Amino acid sequence: MDLTEFLIKTATIFVVFVLTLVIAMYSTWGERKVAGFIQDRMGPNRAGPGGLLQPLADAGKMFFKEDFIPALANKWLFIAGPSLAMLTALLASAVIPFGSTFRINGHEVALQGVESNIGILYVFGVVALGVYGIMVGGWASNNKFSLLGAIRAASQNISYEVAMGLSLIAILMMSSSLSLGEIVAQQHGGNWNIFYQPLGFIIFITCSFAECNRVPFDLPECETELVGGYHTEYGSMKLGFYLFAEYINMFISSAIISVLYFGGYNYPGMDWVYTQLTQAFGTETGHNAATLIGTAVFFGKALFFIFFYMWVRWTIPRFRYDQLMNLGWKKLIPLAIFNIIITGAAVLFLKPMITAWLN
Amino acid sequence: MNSAVSFFYFLSFLTVLSAVMVVVSRNPIHSVLYLILTFFTLSGHYILLNAQFLAAVNIIVYAGAIMVLFLFVIMFLNMKQDNEESKTNLTKVAATIVGGTLFVILFGAYRKSVIPELDPQQFDSQIGMIENLGHLLFRDYLLPFELVSILLLVAMVGAVMLGKREIGERHF
Repeated sequence: MDLTEFLIKTATIFVVFVLTLVIAMYSTWGERKVAGFIQDRMGPNRAGPGGLLQPLADAGKMFFKEDFIPALANKWLFIAGPSLAMLTALLASAVIPFGSTFRINGHEVALQGVESNIGILYVFGVVALGVYGIMVGGWASNNKFSLLGAIRAASQNISYEVAMGLSLIAILMMSSSLSLGEIVAQQHGGNWNIFYQPLGFIIFITCSFAECNRVPFDLPECETELVGGYHTEYGSMKLGFYLFAEYINMFISSAIISVLYFGGYNYPGMDWVYTQLTQAFGTETGHNAATLIGTAVFFGKALFFIFFYMWVRWTIPRFRYDQLMNLGWKKLIPLAIFNIIITGAAVLFLKPMITAWLN
Repeated sequence: MNSAVSFFYFLSFLTVLSAVMVVVSRNPIHSVLYLILTFFTLSGHYILLNAQFLAAVNIIVYAGAIMVLFLFVIMFLNMKQDNEESKTNLTKVAATIVGGTLFVILFGAYRKSVIPELDPQQFDSQIGMIENLGHLLFRDYLLPFELVSILLLVAMVGAVMLGKREIGERHF
């Protein structure tokens, strides 16, 4: 890897990191605006035009509050909890393909932190680790309610990981690759996986709601039963990190959904746009411009799913805990296995028939 | 020493250190967290060996699922103060004998074992990649693979049967 390539990669990783944080920050603002819209009120409108400076004000408030550690808490693990939550939330964006390639001076560099042949497994592993931040923090608080919230979070995440993994297997059977860049490239030309995997998509999005601890699966922080759940004892920026990690997770899972099911940076008519741009600006600038349009489309899709998370939050009430477990184990897992069998049969029998009929 | 070798030594040091800390630390929660760290460093070793699939699966299965259950159980047991009565002199002597025997066996096995020479001509660096692993598992070792899956299914059904409520049993 020579210097130009290295610089582009570094710039990509830096931009992705900053964008993740900014999007997570403005998701808090967006959530309040969406809530305000759905509940027929204004939402934040004092700090800056349309309340746009509200996240900065919140961050300032969080920073300047007293950093408090309960007397009987395990001090190191109490600090490690939110740090782990932030760490695992930020790790996942490394393998997400945000766009196709950039061409600079004859170098072609993919807009992706790391192109790995185990991409989706890496994301899955990081998601599986996300529960540690909550569990460690909840236990270290030395509070019964925190512990119960942490235990709930752990059992919920483990249960829904199973169905999530099974719904992913159907995608992998179709793409026969674990690399996210490869999965996106295969969806070129309107070949989006959502058309082939509607059931898998529904299972996946339900499980990602549960993994992010969002309504209707926000039982770990269910205030009517558990005071505040796993972060009852937390205040100031440590609480801020927990809440922030949740918004980062939302963005990451929205990005993963758009990569796996909605074609990532692909959009209808992108080949036509590509030829127009390369004819107008030459192969290098035109190619880069087309890539940037694709990246914008990708972020549009991801932001739509963030909006979808908020929409659901202010529409649907919370499940009861036994309902949550029944849904996870008795409905989603059998459905996911059924989906795998259907997909396997379709790949084996239906696909050769259709290709033979078309040719 | 090139960078891969020095990284290997650093990683090995970390692995051994965290494995020792699992045994030494007095708080069971700390033990579990050190064990998770050990799994991470082991995954680092797998990545150094270019076995990325094994590294990812190690993290997902051990660090992501099994250790969560360990943590889960230990948190429920509430083992804050370690109870001294379980550590009588008899237990200590027995533990020393068992540990010493294990060490002697391991040392003997290590002394007898022959480490095969690396042949750079035949070595395939892509052997640990998921495609090659899949070909190996589903072509050459298909029958053992399927038998293992049946074994796992039996274990799973057994666990469900053990956890199932008997008819007429009270809920709580």
